[in-house]
Amino acid sequence: MTSTEGYKPEPGLAAEIEVEAYRRLFPLQYYERHLAESVRPDSRALGRARDTTIALGPVTSADGSALVKIGDTTVLAAIKLEVMTPSIDSPDVGSVAVDFQMPPICSPVVRPGRPAEVAPVIAKQLSDVIMSSGMINLKELSLISGKAAWMAYLDIYCLNADGSLFDAALLSATAAFSHLQIPLVSLNDDGKLITVSEELKDKAAVEPVNKENRKLTIAVAPFSLTCIVHGKYILADPTSEEESVMDTHVTVVLDSKERLVSLYKAGGAVLLHISVVKDCIMLAKQRMEELSEILRESLSAMEVD
Amino acid sequence: MMDVDVRADGRTLNQLRPLTCSRNLLNRAHGSARWSQGDTAVLAAVFGPKAGTKKGENPEKASIEVIWKPKTGQIGRREKEYEMILRQTLQSICLLTVHPNTTTSIIVQVIGDDGALLSCAINASCVALVDAGIPLKHLAVAICCGLTVGGHVILDPTVLEEQKLKSVLHLVFPNPPLSIHHKTQSLMKDVPIEHGIITSVTRGVMSVPDYEHCLDRGRIACTKISEFVRRNLQSSAREGLAKAT
Repeated sequence: MTSTEGYKPEPGLAAEIEVEAYRRLFPLQYYERHLAESVRPDSRALGRARDTTIALGPVTSADGSALVKIGDTTVLAAIKLEVMTPSIDSPDVGSVAVDFQMPPICSPVVRPGRPAEVAPVIAKQLSDVIMSSGMINLKELSLISGKAAWMAYLDIYCLNADGSLFDAALLSATAAFSHLQIPLVSLNDDGKLITVSEELKDKAAVEPVNKENRKLTIAVAPFSLTCIVHGKYILADPTSEEESVMDTHVTVVLDSKERLVSLYKAGGAVLLHISVVKDCIMLAKQRMEELSEILRESLSAMEVD
Repeated sequence: MMDVDVRADGRTLNQLRPLTCSRNLLNRAHGSARWSQGDTAVLAAVFGPKAGTKKGENPEKASIEVIWKPKTGQIGRREKEYEMILRQTLQSICLLTVHPNTTTSIIVQVIGDDGALLSCAINASCVALVDAGIPLKHLAVAICCGLTVGGHVILDPTVLEEQKLKSVLHLVFPNPPLSIHHKTQSLMKDVPIEHGIITSVTRGVMSVPDYEHCLDRGRIACTKISEFVRRNLQSSAREGLAKAT
């Protein structure tokens, strides 16, 4: 199917090498021949995302964590809570600090000693989307108005970068916030906040400050889908190979109320028809429903345990 | 009624701040331009094409490098994001195959930030690329739109307005090339190229119809900016000719 015109490769090893060589020498033509048949080299349909799994709580030392796999793209998110003094301008809100790390193990493009160029950009976009979507009510992170509030450090590590990094990172962040269990804290004799360990919990001597509300209410969760636009074709959830061959990427973030949180396209081909953007939004909507279902399932599975 | 239609600085919803653009200000750079929209001003300098590309870049194409210099202090994540958006936007308008295995650097110096900074920087760099004579497919024109809490679309917001807005959008549209050949005109088919979207960066929640509304408003405003750019480039081209003869 992928060999050159008029040439019939023999079955067996010879044909395998031929296809692999063609893929490396003419990557764009290789993809275009697949697209003409409405299929992708990994046998997905064009609008189909890769299989996605969410594992909640893989990091036991963190207050909330999630491991997300979209195909081979693997992202680990963990949240650590620390008590801080809120600023005078906003005494009854906590805050969130987002960091995205791309260690050299995640991709052959990232070299040791040289941080990946995209990592700070993804971190910035993540924090923009998380804060502007209203997913977290920062008031829920307050402990004592004007005195103490939670500072949530959200650290996201990319373990395997095989395309659609932002989608995976955002999903892991949403999952980690859903999994977040706020630790019990109480005031000690000096008026300082200390965390209450599990053994001390039953003793009458310590009175926790936050007995209720140990979970954040996630009212609207944002979900994202990256698409590649190549001519008349739209490919959902690209792999890193697809991302490197075709350069028009559109990332759509929709929240669970179907509102647009972000529509990000930087450069690439000029999108002449608004219908292309609408098609990307449609695909993102389907994906949003799919992802919220996967997240709901993994959350309910955790409650059963 | 008045409060809805008039903004803090007396502009109407669709009104842009006064635009200024001057070229060829720096004599060491291969091309430079200063672009300002009200109190937001950016100076862009272009060096190149210089021989060789960085490791990891495709040597069969020209490579574009953007260095963002903030008004004060170190560059942070916001500036890194701007660098990447600028680079990808400029890469898409340059004819990269004309000078393969070269690097063109664009240095963006922020002079003043009073809102719509990214759009201002894109406009400045685009004019600087023209000034340097870098081969381009077409020009790119950027506009910043904002959506108020009341659902109105305002154009070219200031910093004060940006803080109050529900969402802020930076949109980049192509400036249509004028051609004496009918061939290129017929190539555009039914949809004119200026209707296309090069870059879209949004922050804040909005509905899909709101986004489309912003696109329409931004596109109309961009035709005005396009005319301004074209007039500006043509007038300085004539001056150049007059000096040469």
